Amino acid sequence: MEKTGLNKVDLIFEEIDPKEVLIKASKMTSDEIIQNMLDSGLKGRGGAGFPTGLKWKYTAAEKEPEKYIVCNADEGEPGTFKDREILDRVAYKVYGGMAIAGKAIGAKNGIVYLRGEYRFLLPKLMTELESFHKMISEIGFDFKIRYCLGSGAYICGEESALFESVEGFRGEPRNKPPYPTTSGVYNKPTSINNVETLVTATMIIKHGPASYSQLGTKDSRGSKVFSISGDTPTPGIFELELGMSVQEFVNEFGDGDTKAVQVGGASGFCVPRKKFQDTIIGFEGVPTGGSMKLFNSSRSMYNVLHNYLDFFAEESCGQCTPCRVGCQQLLKGVEKVKKGEAKSIYLNELVKLADTMKIASKCGLGQSVGNAFKTIVENFREEIIY
Amino acid sequence: MYQVGNLVKELSDKHGRQRDSLMPILQGIVEKHNYLTDEAMVEVAKELDISAAEVYGTASFYTFLDTQARGKYVIRICKTITCSMKGKIEIIQTLEDMLKIKVGETTADNNFSLIETNCIGWCHKAPAMLINEIPYTELTPEKVVDIIEGYMLK
Ligand SMILES: Cc1cc2nc3c(=O)[nH]c(=O)nc-3n(C[C@H](O)[C@H](O)[C@H](O)COP(=O)(O)O)c2cc1C
Ligand code: SF4
Ligand code: FES
Repeated sequence: MEKTGLNKVDLIFEEIDPKEVLIKASKMTSDEIIQNMLDSGLKGRGGAGFPTGLKWKYTAAEKEPEKYIVCNADEGEPGTFKDREILDRVAYKVYGGMAIAGKAIGAKNGIVYLRGEYRFLLPKLMTELESFHKMISEIGFDFKIRYCLGSGAYICGEESALFESVEGFRGEPRNKPPYPTTSGVYNKPTSINNVETLVTATMIIKHGPASYSQLGTKDSRGSKVFSISGDTPTPGIFELELGMSVQEFVNEFGDGDTKAVQVGGASGFCVPRKKFQDTIIGFEGVPTGGSMKLFNSSRSMYNVLHNYLDFFAEESCGQCTPCRVGCQQLLKGVEKVKKGEAKSIYLNELVKLADTMKIASKCGLGQSVGNAFKTIVENFREEIIY
Repeated sequence: MYQVGNLVKELSDKHGRQRDSLMPILQGIVEKHNYLTDEAMVEVAKELDISAAEVYGTASFYTFLDTQARGKYVIRICKTITCSMKGKIEIIQTLEDMLKIKVGETTADNNFSLIETNCIGWCHKAPAMLINEIPYTELTPEKVVDIIEGYMLK
């Protein structure tokens, strides 16, 4: 039967016995664990969507004895709040995923990098971590996790900036290559994974890759936790099977007057009403780390765009010129067009600038500013001008 | 202005004196005093045996490691899109009226600082703010009055 509509799933928040899963993992070889991830089709849930099995495989292949598992809990993308909820409700599954990853790649140390905005959760998370450490030592798992806190910098969610921050430096992204799998935190081979990716890994070991890969589509296997906000009667956190169209999503979560959905946060893409039907949410269409913002016809897309550009201009680390200057110029540029100080044709120049930033910026921040910029300007040009 | 006293030593004993101890030490000072004074940063530099410029350079990168004076309660209101759409302006208005300061300022008694911040991960319960590390969500002007009155009585 062909799958239609939208299927709610309960995998990420399902209560499980972590001990059972870890005992199962402890009896598997490193290769078997990695093969499970590869077979499941799991792609990273932090936004970039790199296959998790491959990331573990590359890190496992490194000869260096000291390696790290890093859990990226910096969650700063506007409109994303699922990692907070996951940590709040099922942190033990995050820790479990880290220990499993550790076994797969041959790492004995894990670091959770938690954004400073979530510091209120830390006492509870530490208590749970203590019980976790006790539990895994009982089953003979040699793995230790510690926390590092962020201090209010969105860019520290970018993996290499995160490593700099852990090491006590300014969170400025590094040049790539080398990639984290060869030289990550403390310049050691590192597998860095999103909170949700690690929980999913735990569930794949529990249920097996075959059952997991039945969910979703060829390019986007499994389910995903969505953070839903904006003009919707039901804002919140929902786990959904991948492969739905934006239309199906809007039918469920819209307020009857949805004119656009911003998929993937400020660094993601704006989908206008006329494209709802033909746009798939997932790697074959619009990818997302989970941020879904709905806008109804009472909203000015100029305000939305301005808000995003203001965000990027503030959060750009300033290290490379295309992004540092580009963000500010895009912001000033749309203000000028709005005020009538520049002709509407100037928007075309700004689109070219966004394209240049994509090619010339050092990291994913500068490279993705153009996503929202172009999709909003292309689809809502009149709202930007008038 | 506060005196750091023994705090830097205590934090260094706890977190170590390596380069990667720097963030937790600075965060520890801010947790207690809400911002970093020049004196505190020089003290950290001595303790870790690195230059004060390194300490300042790192601190100044992070918005939560404030190097300008802040009050006892730092109110950070989210200004990103959803909070902005859901009534951030009324919330700021209420806070400004109650505290008699503008965004970016600190009250004369050094109790409250009011600043804006980017998305704090509560968009489904917008508008939202942090007071020190505690989140407050689904704010209304009435709710804000109650919350701030609570802090005023502390
Ligand atoms: C500017 C920027 C911010 C990012 N923020 C996050 C974040 O908050 N959380 C996250 O998991 N990944 C974030 N990423 C992606 C990470 O660099 C990295 O790809 C991810 O943590 C890998 O984990 P995954 O493979 O499990 O998705 C960000 C990337 C960029 C460029
Ligand atoms: S693209 Fe932007 S955020 Fe990334 S390194 Fe360059 S200036 Fe920094
Ligand atoms: S937009 Fe305010 S918490 Fe996300």
